Amino acid sequence: MGYWPSGERDLERAAREPPDSDMTIKPHEYLTYRGKAGMWAWILHRLTGVGVFVFLLAHIVDTALIGWGPAVYNEAVTLYRHPLARIGEVVLAGAVLFHALNGVRIIILDFWPETMAAEKKLFAGVVAVFAVVYVPTAIYMLRFLAH
Amino acid sequence: MELYAWLFMRVSGIVLLFLALGHLLVMHVIHNVETIDYQFVAHRFMTPFWRTYDLVMLWLALLHGLNGARTLIEDYVGVRGWRVFSLASLYILGFIFLALGSLVILTFQPVGG
Repeated sequence: MGYWPSGERDLERAAREPPDSDMTIKPHEYLTYRGKAGMWAWILHRLTGVGVFVFLLAHIVDTALIGWGPAVYNEAVTLYRHPLARIGEVVLAGAVLFHALNGVRIIILDFWPETMAAEKKLFAGVVAVFAVVYVPTAIYMLRFLAH
Repeated sequence: MELYAWLFMRVSGIVLLFLALGHLLVMHVIHNVETIDYQFVAHRFMTPFWRTYDLVMLWLALLHGLNGARTLIEDYVGVRGWRVFSLASLYILGFIFLALGSLVILTFQPVGG
């Protein structure tokens, strides 16, 4: 059967098979599946991806405001200067960085399958690079708090 | 088809590694939101370099994200009717944002010059 059922056989088969909703994974199941580091990497990759994506949508809208001239745009930008927004900025940077680093790990695993054995070490590498790059950056970005 | 989606995620991911992290660096580390205003953007968009950079980044990031979102919907929306609805909404949303973003980057002219 292709994606959509068509014709007698597909429709009969669809009637016999259990409904699609049985195939989804419920959130609490993630807590009991013992996937360890690899699973968390995957979950974080999805979470950071969603986070960045949602931000991107908001960002496209705020940038579009530039079409309404300096008064409107500058007014809107002041929203991003609010302390909470500054902290959100740091969180966003972390999300992008993790997603990027883990993404590189995924690419390595995909194109050099023999590295799969070292999958967890690669994740340790991701965490290490993340810490080295992010901690100083976050401190630098948060220095406004000291003022 | 899925093969191309799979490949696109990886290729766009590598390119975005530089584009997106570079964007973050310029906007939040070298400059910061305090100094970014209309003038800043107008100045950047005077040169074709930044317009191109931003346009490519927009397209790659949005398509990369849309494909990711599509994967999530496929994974988590079990009921077929809702899945179709969610995917359709995603594609429409994606198109609108792609159009809006491109429009802004390509047609922005600073006021008064």
